[in-house]
Amino acid sequence: MKKLSIVLSLLALVCCSSCNNDETTSAAAMAPAATATGGGQENVKDDMSAKDIVKVAVGSKDHTTLVAALKQADLVTSLSNAGPFTVFAPTDEAFAKLPAGTVDGLMKPEQKDALVNILQYHVAVSVIKAESLTDGQVLGMVNGDNVTVHVKDGKITLNNGAAIVGSVQASNGIIHIIDGVLLPPAAEKK
Amino acid sequence: MKKLHSVLAASILVGALLPLSFSCQPKNAGNAVSGDAAIKSYVAPGQYDKFYNFVSGGFSGQLSIYGLPSGRLLRVVPVFSNDAEKGYGYSEETKPMLQTSHGAVPWDDLHHTELSQTNGEIDGRWIFANANNTPRVARIDLSTYRTAEIIELPNSAGNHSSPFITENTEYVVAGTRFSVPPDNANGDVPINSYRKNFKGSISFIKVGKEGDMDIAFQLRCPGVNFDLSHSGKGPSSGWFFFSCYNTEQANTLLEVNASKRDKDFVMAVNWKKAEEYLKAGKGTKETVRYAHNVYNEKTHSATSEIKTSVTVLDTRELKDICYFIPCPKSPHGCDVDPTGEFIVGSGKLAALVPVFSFEKLQKAIAAKDFIGDYDGIPVVKYESALYGELKKPGLGPLHTEFDGKGNAITTFFVSSEIVKWNIKDLKILDRQPTYYSPGHLCIPGGDTRKPNAQYVIVYNKITKDRYLPTGPELAQSAQLFDITGDKMQLILDFPTIGEPHYAQAVSADLIKNNSVKFYKLEENKNPFVAKGEAETKVERKGNRVDVYLTAIRSHFAPDNIEGIKMGDEVYWHVTNLEQDWDVPHGFAIKSAPNAELLIMPGETQTLKWSPEKPGIYPFYCTDFCSALHQEMQGYVRVSPAGSNTPLLFSTGKNLPEPDSAVAK
Repeated sequence: MKKLSIVLSLLALVCCSSCNNDETTSAAAMAPAATATGGGQENVKDDMSAKDIVKVAVGSKDHTTLVAALKQADLVTSLSNAGPFTVFAPTDEAFAKLPAGTVDGLMKPEQKDALVNILQYHVAVSVIKAESLTDGQVLGMVNGDNVTVHVKDGKITLNNGAAIVGSVQASNGIIHIIDGVLLPPAAEKK
Repeated sequence: MKKLHSVLAASILVGALLPLSFSCQPKNAGNAVSGDAAIKSYVAPGQYDKFYNFVSGGFSGQLSIYGLPSGRLLRVVPVFSNDAEKGYGYSEETKPMLQTSHGAVPWDDLHHTELSQTNGEIDGRWIFANANNTPRVARIDLSTYRTAEIIELPNSAGNHSSPFITENTEYVVAGTRFSVPPDNANGDVPINSYRKNFKGSISFIKVGKEGDMDIAFQLRCPGVNFDLSHSGKGPSSGWFFFSCYNTEQANTLLEVNASKRDKDFVMAVNWKKAEEYLKAGKGTKETVRYAHNVYNEKTHSATSEIKTSVTVLDTRELKDICYFIPCPKSPHGCDVDPTGEFIVGSGKLAALVPVFSFEKLQKAIAAKDFIGDYDGIPVVKYESALYGELKKPGLGPLHTEFDGKGNAITTFFVSSEIVKWNIKDLKILDRQPTYYSPGHLCIPGGDTRKPNAQYVIVYNKITKDRYLPTGPELAQSAQLFDITGDKMQLILDFPTIGEPHYAQAVSADLIKNNSVKFYKLEENKNPFVAKGEAETKVERKGNRVDVYLTAIRSHFAPDNIEGIKMGDEVYWHVTNLEQDWDVPHGFAIKSAPNAELLIMPGETQTLKWSPEKPGIYPFYCTDFCSALHQEMQGYVRVSPAGSNTPLLFSTGKNLPEPDSAVAK
């Protein structure tokens, strides 16, 4: 739509210019405002390129809660970006393990800040493959808090014990599927 | 697509109806204007833009100049890369401009531009540019719009935090992105000995009254990555601020290994103190090699000189030059507000933007409020230098410019937006999406004491679907926002050359009248000038042939040349005899393996040419100069080596034999 609006305003401009050649500003009186709205790169029509993190998540049948939460938190644009990202992606089952009503509560508009904080706690800016994760490693997450990595007998867990159960490479980063939801320190205190 | 078409058709219909429904309203309909983007960016044919926008060309190595608000491309000035179009780097006169201590380096990556200043305000004399790959700084003259000078930087690699200047253009600074072993040390060391052997260098290049550049001194600093910088101003005059990342001192997989520490640094440099030490003889002269190339507008020729000494001040020993201020998570932009009191550090990976106070910093330094040192440099306590934090501003803060009304505008790469915020109360005032993923931004005078804040131009890294597709590579998009109101309003997209990084913009009124229209022929001191057709000649000295050629509408003199032989090196010295604005002549000769010449009125330029086989070679004017431009041509005859074809040259005299035309 944004492009069309610009076309529209230009057309109006051309149409009106004959009214008053010496005073270009008057043409604007007749031109509608060009609105620049719309989302970001998630709206780019491209079925050929390797899928980004959002597209991978949308395509997963096990991540419907996460995808809904990302949309509610307005993080779809950011995660469609060039990255590079490491995303710890809790499965629907992982979300279901939270106390009853938690997810529904977070999805309410008044809880948006809390939801954003939790989701940003699942994202780091840099691509960290599973084999690069080391025991005791501290990762700075996008929300500003840290996640601590534990590696024992080849099993990688984070903080409270959420385990990486699989990894998927995306065009703008890597997704580590985890079986628990990570709670930021502030949220844990509550 | 069907939907799109129908919407489009509808809009055309509406557009056609508009004049009927709103026809010819009174003048000065101010309110309506403020709501319209098209008119705000529209500059009627024949009208000048209000601003010049000097945009770095990134990996093109060149500087592009746009008009604002139209976004029209006005000029591409070749700086660090050969430009076959203009003969830059190919003509004998311009070849020395791209000389370095590594030989001729015909490409670079131009990241940042900075207009010269007086009293912290843009003065319109020159614009500086940095070469990021083979470290160099260039000065471009804003009367000729040509690269006037290039200086190479020793002890450096990846000249990124450059070419930012002090308030009176006393210095241009240049900080290394890559720390490396100093040039006079043995560089043949294991890469993983980074911590022991690699050092950072910051060059302070003195700028003379005529713009002439000379490295006054270098600061030897800990081995980290220096990223960006800006000068202090007002109360912080005499100080310079550099962002540093990779304080982990990683030498591999920086994506992970240079992102470990919670805080890296902004380095505050007291350059007045450094000057004192320099005067007191505390510097050490080191033997190095770097090129200094100067273009002379009188000889229309560049010279290149290799310099062999630089004075180094060791910041570990001379302790009160440098101080580190902790700054969260790999700071990128390092921007000082117009009052000079606030320093904004933007950590690429940080969830907040810290604002440091110069006053608090001074108090902390005086009170030695340090938390320790980093490789010999005192580290000021974060809280003691901090004015406040802009919390949760967006994702991936990169760069900040200022509107001079107490507000800052910052780009956020990851969340793809610009955010306007008030510096004093650290409140967010507005956020607008950009398409897509902005890097730098520019407000006219936005890093000076006096911003002229009508627009912010945002230089995006990703274009995707913004323009008609042109294959895998798309022109980076610049986006123009009107910032005169409370809300930033997107009014224009325009494509750019190369990859724009930092840019500068200035009111056209300040510089447009300084533009040179032509070079005076009588002042042309090129040793190979021909100031009129009477002075044209062809001279042979051994196998070197000098052709003194003139160009004027619409012929070359001479235009018939015979007696060139295989093995000759022919130097075509072309003087453009015109004394008229916008009448360059071009010179191209068949088989020339390098470029054309583009010769400005009153100028002499030289193309070296060695024919590869005997025969007839045409040459012609490439820049449409007159109605008989297509007649502006000539021939040169090349004979085998050792032949006795006499050396002859003429214009209009080499006519056919009387009987040859009718012979059959």
